Amino acid sequence: MNEIQDSVFILSLVLMAMVLSAFIFVALKSAHKEDYARVQPNAYRLRRILFGVIVVGGIFATIGTTRSLPYDVQHNRNAQQAAINVEGKQWYWGLSQDSVAKDTEVTFNVSSGDVNHGFGIYDSDLRLLAQTQAMPGYTNKLVHTFDRPGNYQLMCLEYCGLVHHGMIANFTVTETVTHSEL
Amino acid sequence: MNNLNLAPLPGSARTGILTYLSISAVVFLLMMLVGLTMRLAQAGWIGLPPDFFYQLMTAHGSGMVGISGLAASAVLWYFLRRYVELTVAVLWINLGLFLAGVVCVLGGIFVGGFGGAWTFLFPLPSTSMGVWGIWAAAFFMFGMLLIGTGFLIFYLDVARAILSKYGSIPRALGWPQLFANSDAPMPPATIVAATMVFVVNIMGIVAGAVVLAIMLINLFIPEFAVDALLTKNLIYFFGHVFINATIYQAVIAVYELLPEYTGRPWKVNKVFLAAWSASSLMVMAVYPHHLLMDFAMPTWAMVVGQILSYANGIPLVVVTAYGALTIVHKSGIRWDIASSLLFLSMFGWAAGVIPAIIDATVAVNNVMHNTMWVPGHFHFYLLVGLVAMLFGFMFYLVHKEEQGSSLVDRSAFWTYLVGSVGFAGMFLVSGMNSVPRRWAAHLPEWVTYSEIASVFAVLIVIGATAFALRFILRLPQARTV
Ligand code: HEM
Ligand SMILES: [Cu+2]
Repeated sequence: MNEIQDSVFILSLVLMAMVLSAFIFVALKSAHKEDYARVQPNAYRLRRILFGVIVVGGIFATIGTTRSLPYDVQHNRNAQQAAINVEGKQWYWGLSQDSVAKDTEVTFNVSSGDVNHGFGIYDSDLRLLAQTQAMPGYTNKLVHTFDRPGNYQLMCLEYCGLVHHGMIANFTVTETVTHSEL
Repeated sequence: MNNLNLAPLPGSARTGILTYLSISAVVFLLMMLVGLTMRLAQAGWIGLPPDFFYQLMTAHGSGMVGISGLAASAVLWYFLRRYVELTVAVLWINLGLFLAGVVCVLGGIFVGGFGGAWTFLFPLPSTSMGVWGIWAAAFFMFGMLLIGTGFLIFYLDVARAILSKYGSIPRALGWPQLFANSDAPMPPATIVAATMVFVVNIMGIVAGAVVLAIMLINLFIPEFAVDALLTKNLIYFFGHVFINATIYQAVIAVYELLPEYTGRPWKVNKVFLAAWSASSLMVMAVYPHHLLMDFAMPTWAMVVGQILSYANGIPLVVVTAYGALTIVHKSGIRWDIASSLLFLSMFGWAAGVIPAIIDATVAVNNVMHNTMWVPGHFHFYLLVGLVAMLFGFMFYLVHKEEQGSSLVDRSAFWTYLVGSVGFAGMFLVSGMNSVPRRWAAHLPEWVTYSEIASVFAVLIVIGATAFALRFILRLPQARTV
């Protein structure tokens, strides 16, 4: 299963390894002494290439990653819809509904009754699927479609005091429509 | 304009710098032990009540950020005074306010029980469900305010000294040379960096002071309404700028010392000037990447936050890190513990920002924000970058050339390096596996990461103990210039 997290980890590792090899290369060659006037022009030429590669890479990355943002999501008119109100409180989640049928497009209206919390949706493998902040005075809309039935967990992702780590709620995604949605 | 002042440091300034650094070495070590304690608790190897865990977390976060600021300001002061007239008394005033602030902060945490984290997001300090009282929060925040005041005075003195010599901020940043083709001599690297730092840090500290004042009033007069999103913006602006400015100050040691070790100049050219001016603006403008999961923020601010965060990495990688590589390449550099740490620090900074920048992508942040990925990237560039820079500078001050590179130095270096990379790496692995940050107790599925990380943390502590001891024992032979 290739989730965003894995790709991000591998990409980070590869780029960090590239930086590391540059440092190792230079460290290994450092004892050998050459005139700076000869080193510099080559280094500057290489730098222009590096700059170009980074800028072009950055532009592609920006275009590629900003086409779909988690904010103000357009609803998919063909999907079954559900709206669930979520209120974070020290130290539990108040949910207007704690199960949906799979493939339902759920809009979580997330807010807080006291301090900042973070509403994070975890699947049964403890993978974080999506999140938004739960803020006093604001309602953040998080749209998520569950494509697999099973047991999910809602965990707190913003430090909120003594039992922050205990702020976990269960959430069920069923194969078919359940009574709670009727 | 550029004649250097290489007269010996006045005695009280020398004592001041060495006091800053000795305190820093000891506090770094103590806070590392606190960090190790937290990781051991997450591994389940020791039992900590959650209120105490979160007190330790608050102490570790504010302590590490504060002491990084103090140590970095010593680097700045030490080199900057070669170019401009700094006020020695300010060095001591800052230290006095810092220590007074630390007493309040520690009192708030360990006497009052405050555990609202160093980011003290509104309204947690006043809303703990009775875990700590109003006074504990007040002491903590008042202490932070004192520390901030000391630093504000410090950077105002830096600003005064630079402006009285260079006339204006644009001149000290070299804008006439950059934009108007002026052929006046370029400002030295240290001046450019120090100018950038005082500009951003004065803004950052003022924002922090404003939000602390607002929250202190609200603590006692709850009718004084405060907006949670506004305070969050101010806090992250302050926090982001302040911790980043520590590295931009410490890197002055790299600019000043690698030329000494390689016999090659670190020449300021237009690219360098452009990079630092761009960094000044970007360091202030990228903080919305801390708010990407606050969907109530305007979308444009988030996208701009992402793009600027990407761009922010360019001057660092292409100019500063690359510059360090160029100057060392085939230079016949003299390797000792100081030059090794400084060289390592450039790797730590350049490599550590990579996972940070990737996390500033909205789509990534959606599944990485407030997971261990975040402490992963910042421990990488703080441990392997900032702290390595700072210890490198400390060794420069006390190391004698004829002492060469001893076995103890080399073992400490490698122990510290392996420990830091492994420790930060385990945070990154935890983040990839969605482990939330700031959890006093972990689910059984996550415990292995903390166990492995704890072993690496022990290595860091061993390496850092050796560094700190060696620095302090050699203080009598510290250089006087
Ligand atoms: C032996 C070295 C260190 C160890 C073992 C360590 C350990 C930790 C641990 C376990 C956490 C909490 C992670 C979580 O669950 O969220 C943490 C957070 C943190 N650490 Fe460290 N750390 C070390 C060094 C440093 C250094 C050198 C700095 C800064 C210069 C630093 C700055 C921070 C900050 C700012 C936080 C965030 C606190 C918060 O979330 O409120 N740490 N560290
Ligand atoms: Cu929480």
